[in-house]
Amino acid sequence: MAEEMAASSNDGSGSVVLRIWRGDAEGGEFRDYEMPAVEGEVVLDVVHRVQAEMAPDLAVRWNCKAGKCGSCSAEVNGKPSLMCMTRMSSIDTTQPITISPMRAFPIMRDLVTDVSYNFEMAKKIPPFSPAPRPADGVYRMDQFDVDRAQEFHKCIECFLCQNVCHVIRDHEDNKPRYSGPRFFVRLAALEMHPLDTLDRRELISEDLGIGLCNITKCCTEVCPESIHITDNAIIPLKERVVDARYDPIAWLGRTILRRPRPTPASVAGKTAPAARSGQLIFTEVPSSSPGS
Amino acid sequence: MAEFETHSVDVLVIGAGGAGLRAAIEAQATGASTAVVCKSLLGKAHTVMAEGGVAAALGNVWPDDNWQVHFRDTMRGGKMLNNWRMAQLHALESPDRVLELEEWGALFDRTPDGRILQRDFGGHRYARLAHVGDRTGLEMLRTLQNRAVALGLEVFMECKVLRLLRDGSGAVCGAVGLWRESGRFVVFLAKAVILASGGIGKAWKFTSNSWESTGDGHALALWAGADLIEMEAVQFHPTGMIWPASARGLLVTEGVRGDGGVLLNKDGERFMFRYIPDFYAKETADTIEEADRWYDDKSVRRPPELLPRDEVARAINSEVKAGRGSTHGGVYLDIASRRPAEYIKRRLPSMYHQFKELADVDITAQPMEIGPTCHYMMGGVRVDAETERSTVEGLYAAGEVAGGMHGANRLGGNSLSDLLVFGRRAGEAAARYALEKGEQASPGQAQIDEIAEHALSYFANESGDNPYTIHHELQDAMQSLVGIIRTESELVRALELLDEFDSRAEKVSVEGHRQFNPGWHLALDIESMLAVTRSTTLAALERKESRGGHTRDDYPNPDPEHYGKVNIVVSLKNDKISVREEPLPQMPAELAAFFDEAH
Repeated sequence: MAEEMAASSNDGSGSVVLRIWRGDAEGGEFRDYEMPAVEGEVVLDVVHRVQAEMAPDLAVRWNCKAGKCGSCSAEVNGKPSLMCMTRMSSIDTTQPITISPMRAFPIMRDLVTDVSYNFEMAKKIPPFSPAPRPADGVYRMDQFDVDRAQEFHKCIECFLCQNVCHVIRDHEDNKPRYSGPRFFVRLAALEMHPLDTLDRRELISEDLGIGLCNITKCCTEVCPESIHITDNAIIPLKERVVDARYDPIAWLGRTILRRPRPTPASVAGKTAPAARSGQLIFTEVPSSSPGS
Repeated sequence: MAEFETHSVDVLVIGAGGAGLRAAIEAQATGASTAVVCKSLLGKAHTVMAEGGVAAALGNVWPDDNWQVHFRDTMRGGKMLNNWRMAQLHALESPDRVLELEEWGALFDRTPDGRILQRDFGGHRYARLAHVGDRTGLEMLRTLQNRAVALGLEVFMECKVLRLLRDGSGAVCGAVGLWRESGRFVVFLAKAVILASGGIGKAWKFTSNSWESTGDGHALALWAGADLIEMEAVQFHPTGMIWPASARGLLVTEGVRGDGGVLLNKDGERFMFRYIPDFYAKETADTIEEADRWYDDKSVRRPPELLPRDEVARAINSEVKAGRGSTHGGVYLDIASRRPAEYIKRRLPSMYHQFKELADVDITAQPMEIGPTCHYMMGGVRVDAETERSTVEGLYAAGEVAGGMHGANRLGGNSLSDLLVFGRRAGEAAARYALEKGEQASPGQAQIDEIAEHALSYFANESGDNPYTIHHELQDAMQSLVGIIRTESELVRALELLDEFDSRAEKVSVEGHRQFNPGWHLALDIESMLAVTRSTTLAALERKESRGGHTRDDYPNPDPEHYGKVNIVVSLKNDKISVREEPLPQMPAELAAFFDEAH
């Protein structure tokens, strides 16, 4: 399948060479595919042409091809990207363009990786638990407050932030105790939801390992939705966890009451016990596990 | 053949978009063990691409809005071909379904007094679409996904369903699937199956749909003996991107027009004023002054840019054909000169992003170039309005794969509400049926083996076509012969080509092995696409009139005396796809009265 290199350019004339990783969990190699250049294309277009004309069994995930579903994540010339939003004109096409699967996840085949770690982490997060509806049945929220959480709801679950987070990219053994930036974003969305009543701080620090993050901002840099993951999600979560930990009243509450921590199963579909007073200030809802 | 991995549940839901997840949540809540099977990863379904909003007569912005007005708008938008009872249930129940999402964590944009904000869309008399900027579908899907995870619903991801299984009596009792990763087969035994597989857009060349939209559910229902209705009613959304070529077909939300955007031809003319049909003349502004007042004053008539989608798509098509199109063969959609940049960025952030990233166009400063794109299948599985039960026992359908709700043309915003209202109803009805049924019927091994053997047969084919080649040719044929404007000679030509594709598709050669092999998966998807495109073409030939998404050059007018009173029904007859007419259900007098007042 190896193709000869050819002269190419960025203006839609000549040809381009994609150097795509082919293989499976057992191993593999990069193979070169030369295609004519076409004006206005994104990397995923060229991958699709390779599939249609040269390698019909080339495995790649994609869905919307519009940057909205987060399926076609890969590393383009080493840079974690959505292939559907990476324009060929933004890349130096005089050299072969390397396309490899996300590195932080086990390879299934070619560009497809096993991202089940993320779906397992999602199950650990106690869901949204709203305060009961007011007497008139209408939840009222200010757009200003809604905006805070809406930023996090923009996440398309491309898992590029997970892929670049060195806590798991370079240390597979951290995975069981670290949820990664994607889920800090989800947790921040819940914590900053104006109607949510649950306290997840214990879980965030103990089970989901926010302390392991040392805010290098790699996640923020690759986010295709430009979510300020570090500044708006992770750092506020870290501050809240620390506040809870060193707050003597909170400590007393945890020690005396010893309520079981919420789990997804225990809260799904149930109304939470108490409303939180305001979305930005935490009133301590006693919840703890022994020895924390 | 070897034994296959087998899972048993009460209710199997095929599809994990909005309708599938909403159905599964309800089925589980009703007490049935429930599983969802989907072709992609959880959370990637086409619902995430829905932009503008979910239609529900909450009356938050215009207190005069109510279910009757929504019902009337929906029926008129559908050119009265809708199943009236579905349209009524939808209008009645969508507000509750939206509020329910809020309880599950969805954060809609707010009015100044803190309630859910609603925006204007085509064909809706009042601002009615609850929304989250222009990424409403993502918010809804993620909310339903999180709810499903919290309930511990079983989700089988990246699994393509090949065929439904039936018991000796003909009732559906499960399905055979293919794990895309390993290429191995899996059997699902279920007392009831809900189809929630979405649309068929990938059979056309220019489409807003994702790769999954290959009509699998329509085909599965057809093969299992169910009726489909109104398969000729394909919606071409008026505003898809047309440039660069690689982005052609990508959706540009109707919210652009709802928020003040207008359509211009190359001469800068706001041409929609020349395309106001008699049917909507009484409610459509015929001067720029009146149209522009409407955004703040609902006592005047609405701008013609907000006519239903079928009207706007046809108008754009005519402008381009008359030589008044834009540089790349569309027309211009301009909001830059009409609204402040900050407003545009706040209301339409992902449109801003999409044009900036893919076309180097700043929509706050320049007009967009747009043209019609294949967007939505109004037709689908014929269902009972209350329960979404198909004409086959044990088989249900909800969302885009079901027919009837939208008649001949769907209003924007009515699909997100459709999938909530009828997803819930299908989930509850299927669960009740399954729980009452009690015993799991057996499909018998021979049926399963036959499905698996057929799927594997592609590997044995030598020197057949590449599946991608057939797919591209099918897309070209549908685009040019069964597109926005149709005519008998072209439809007949399309059928000849479909015969040819059918025989070539059987002999398609697949390279490589069974593990995550997209070429093989496409060969299997082509089976669905060929069944669906033939259904559409036959139904389009049969309906000799123009109505909604179905426009016949050779029958340019609606025929209220005959075709306005019938459904075109597609089903298998002696293993061949065939069409027939059946009387359209008639609404009771008290509902019919809403329409007398209008004219």
